[in-house]
Amino acid sequence: MTEPTPLATGVIVPTPEAAARRAQSPLLQLARRRPLAFAALVYLALLVLVAVLGTVIAPYDPVSGNLAESLQGPSWAHWLGTDQLGRDTLSRLIVGTGPTLLYTGQVVAAALISGVAFGMLAGFAGGYVDTFIMAISDLLMSLPGMVMLLVVLTLFQDNMPIAMVCIGVLVSGFLMRVIRASTLSYRQETFIDAAAVAGLPTSLILGRHILTRQLGTVLVQASMLTGMALLLVTGAAYLGFGTEPPYPSWGLMIGDGAQIFGTQPMLMVSAGLAIACTVIATGLLGEGLRDLTTERWSGARARARAPRRLRRREPAMALEQVDQPVNTLLSVRGLQVAYGDADLGVVHGIDFDVAPGSTVGLLGESGSGKSATARAILGVLRNGRVTGGRVLFNGTDITGIGEFPAARRTELGIAYISQEPHMSLDPAWRVGAQLVEALRQHRPELSKVEARESALDLLEKVQMREPEEVFQKYAFELSGGMAQRVSIARALCAEPQLLIADEPTTALDVTVQAEILDLLRDIQLRTGMAILLITHDWGVVADMCSSAVVMRNGVVCEAAPIEVLFSAPADDYTASLLASNPAAMPTREQREEERR
Amino acid sequence: MNQKGENIETCLSVQGLSVDYGRGSRRRRVLDGVSFDVGVGETVGLVGESGSGKTTIARSVVGLTPASEGSIHLGGLELAAMRRRSRRAVAREVQYVFQDPYASLNPTRTVRQTLEEALYSRPEFSGRDRAARIDDVLLRVGIEPGMKERYPGSFSGGQRQRIAIARAMLPRPRLIVCDEPTASLDLSIQAQILELFIGLQEETGVSYLFIAHNLDVVRAVSHRTIVLRHGRIVESGSTEKIATAPEDAYTSALLAATPVADPEEQARRRSARQAGAFESRQRKERM
Amino acid sequence: MLKIILRRAAAGVVLLFAVSALTFTLVSLIPGDAASALLGPNASEQQLTALREQLGLNLPLWQRYFEWAVSAVQGDLGTSIVSPQPVATQLNRGLAVSIPLAFGAVVLASAIGTALGVYAATEGRWLSKALDVVALIGMGLPPFWIALVLSNVFGVELGWFPATGFVPFPDDPVLWAKSLVLPIAALCVGGIAMVSKQTRDSVDEVLSKEFVDVLRVQGLSPRRILFGHVLRNAAIPAIAVTGGLFVSTLSGAVLAESVFGLPGLGSIAVRATATRDVPVIVAVACYFCLIVIVVNLVLDAIYAFVDPKVRTRS
Repeated sequence: MTEPTPLATGVIVPTPEAAARRAQSPLLQLARRRPLAFAALVYLALLVLVAVLGTVIAPYDPVSGNLAESLQGPSWAHWLGTDQLGRDTLSRLIVGTGPTLLYTGQVVAAALISGVAFGMLAGFAGGYVDTFIMAISDLLMSLPGMVMLLVVLTLFQDNMPIAMVCIGVLVSGFLMRVIRASTLSYRQETFIDAAAVAGLPTSLILGRHILTRQLGTVLVQASMLTGMALLLVTGAAYLGFGTEPPYPSWGLMIGDGAQIFGTQPMLMVSAGLAIACTVIATGLLGEGLRDLTTERWSGARARARAPRRLRRREPAMALEQVDQPVNTLLSVRGLQVAYGDADLGVVHGIDFDVAPGSTVGLLGESGSGKSATARAILGVLRNGRVTGGRVLFNGTDITGIGEFPAARRTELGIAYISQEPHMSLDPAWRVGAQLVEALRQHRPELSKVEARESALDLLEKVQMREPEEVFQKYAFELSGGMAQRVSIARALCAEPQLLIADEPTTALDVTVQAEILDLLRDIQLRTGMAILLITHDWGVVADMCSSAVVMRNGVVCEAAPIEVLFSAPADDYTASLLASNPAAMPTREQREEERR
Repeated sequence: MNQKGENIETCLSVQGLSVDYGRGSRRRRVLDGVSFDVGVGETVGLVGESGSGKTTIARSVVGLTPASEGSIHLGGLELAAMRRRSRRAVAREVQYVFQDPYASLNPTRTVRQTLEEALYSRPEFSGRDRAARIDDVLLRVGIEPGMKERYPGSFSGGQRQRIAIARAMLPRPRLIVCDEPTASLDLSIQAQILELFIGLQEETGVSYLFIAHNLDVVRAVSHRTIVLRHGRIVESGSTEKIATAPEDAYTSALLAATPVADPEEQARRRSARQAGAFESRQRKERM
Repeated sequence: MLKIILRRAAAGVVLLFAVSALTFTLVSLIPGDAASALLGPNASEQQLTALREQLGLNLPLWQRYFEWAVSAVQGDLGTSIVSPQPVATQLNRGLAVSIPLAFGAVVLASAIGTALGVYAATEGRWLSKALDVVALIGMGLPPFWIALVLSNVFGVELGWFPATGFVPFPDDPVLWAKSLVLPIAALCVGGIAMVSKQTRDSVDEVLSKEFVDVLRVQGLSPRRILFGHVLRNAAIPAIAVTGGLFVSTLSGAVLAESVFGLPGLGSIAVRATATRDVPVIVAVACYFCLIVIVVNLVLDAIYAFVDPKVRTRS
């Protein structure tokens, strides 16, 4: 999200790469970017072709066989062998595709229509309509599919299409719920308000904005439904409902195969594989198409999910030993941080120091690498790693602190508070329990009762009005300011020498911000801890810091005491950033006067 | 302009506006009898903390939130009594720029599609005229018209906010409601966008109702400022006066809490605030 | 919390009535009623009318349903058309087979699936990728196919477990357990795939939360973070999907019971469908619904206990 930074209003030009991507046909894009999904598409297309052609391409008669050739294994004449009546398995599989796919298709079509229509209606209409439709969905979801299938088959044994449509509607309960939920969430999105402000009628908003936005969800759900329907249809066929023998269907063939499994497992294996491959192919295709439709407009490849590990093994770094300068608490030397599998550099060798008991501001815009720096010092980089440099704390090298044993980290005395106070508290634990846990972590000698007393003390120290009450609360019951106070209290459990605060007041109201900043100062005066304050706000720097480090695009532009920084910035970028502070902009009155 | 209270033509007139949220016993008043005017070509800033009702005012002016009491007059329309059906008529008169440029543009539609939709309320424009207007407005907000076939996903936050501003300008409304339009942007981008707002106003004479929680931002763009708290107007007047000599204790507290980018001044403010002297001093000065 | 449970229980009762009424109505729509089914195609019109009156089929639908419902509440679900047994006796015997089967499969699938999912989320991407593939195949293979293969391989070929048949628990607990091993194994494959994927995704989601970083900075051991904080949060969505797992396991059980010749509710339902035994079908649907309602009630209670947002609301 880096903006071209000359502060003048520049015109932004498109990149050729994006234009080229749009020119490609969707099919080609699928082939190039999602080969697996493309293979699934090819498989399913072939399958439909086979189903349509059926007897035309089957090498043998699927119904009557040659008893002399019964129970054969795979051979040139019979690629997949024969069954107990000597019928060619491949031919039966080919001819059995038709009815199997037809019934499956009927179920899926009915389920999609009913699920999407009722789901959207429930989500958009709300009120009693919503309650009623959701009750129906509850009812449908509490009946096992196979049982519903049997009930329906009791009714319509002689009319499979009607039975399949009924079953489709009956299994759409879950889809209704999913579509309703996503309709509700999209309804609350701002772009829906924007469309209303543009004057669009509700019908157009529903069709144009909500339905199209759900395409991905519908695709994935459709693929899951297809798998489920195929299992139901083949299951029913196995039980003898559907295609009448001697005509083949996949489910019937499994029944036949089971009887001869001991002597000739090929029939069983090929019919099972046909079903499994088809279910897997629809699953892959659904996910692939969803990703592709998402990528089309998101402009980025949907990020592959990388498992997050609690323990990350980082390559040992062969780096020269550096001595920490005297009278510094934290020294960062040549720190480099890279993100992702491609090792995209975001911090390119930065140096700065924090003196004991001082407050240093780390200032920059988004993409400057200030948060990455803080996370690298703390050893909690996500999907990223330190690729070079050293972090020294109190004379010890703490580079790669994320790998340190827990006990070692505990005794170091570095604490952290983050921008989103609610996010930094465990939502499933009471506030008090989290404080007690942190206290006993650092002072294991405390009994539970003592820890409780100390926790209440801490809550009082962060100026919480009713500590007893807050002790019993969950994070989501607290206001932003209160949650940040709790976070600070927890950070204090470590009796830290250094507090790293990442935009601690950005999410708060100004009056609350002032209180929190005052609180931090107050604690600093009492305990003598140093603060590394990450912020984008010049006002906060001016209020809190003795010196500041200005970062841009992963490098340090300027590091100076704030008196120097504010009055005589040495770097052009620092100066332009100071000038873009709205407080430095002329007022409307001043503009008028200037014009005169 | 209206800094000195001269008589100028009124664009928007809000009288005794009240809004309630919830039904039955959960009903609670979030806006309580708010009245103010916005003149033609004027920017009025609405300042307040969370829960002050500033966004509720903005939403009811464009009809996204129904008013419980009061009237909203704009260009001969009575917006408070408007039905949903007449959205189109309202859309010609007033437009909205939302806070989050990532959420306010439908990610599945190209910039051109989004902008064409903004002209829904102007069926009188012909096809070729529409295309020309879209290109023109994109140039004005600093986006190359050749990029209009791209999806919002390939633009940065600042660029998206420019597109959102283009969308608001397109139907040529009298008033644009700006709801924290720079709150989620970087400092340097914020300055550019604020300059863009001011420039467009000077060019076209459109009026702004400008909502922000940051007093400095409001000071830079608005002629007059209204301070809100708990759904009521606490103080209103020329921006200059509110920023330098506020009369109300809450306004003073708000000003005192806003850190300024000047270490010495900030140190003074803090000591004043911590001594608890700020408010009482203000009170004494008034007496 | 009690209020939530009571409200859900009331909703369950309504649901049960809805299901029975719906099935009852649907079944009464069948062309050719029980009378013609009993007497065969050669019966005279007079005979049919006489039997209809005897069975009460001449009464209006709502009245028939009302009478059925009143006696159903008293435990009388009517008599099967095919066999002279009361439906309730037949189904209760089936319940003794289906309940251990379904619960065994769900518990096993939850235990194995959770362990696999947690392991995949915390340890390396290789296992995570492998899990994706296995889950895909596990969900793709029809449970009755797996059941048939297991029955043939471990029952017929190797003879380790009975290939078909069921021994009641009081008769011989060891044989009872042995007769359930293969069916449970066949049923839990799909469940393991579903649960492990779901668990991995939700553990992953929790691991990406800011509070995990804060706990690491605080110096908590990875073990304690995982077991004390992450799993507790990940359990909230996991419990919500267990209800769905249970329903899909019941669905698979219908076929597994037929494959292994277990006299459970599923086998009864299949036989009733083939013979159009209406009273049995209606009653089976109600039984299944009742099981699901009870399971959902228990899950709701657990959910309310685990998720503080639900607990503090009431």
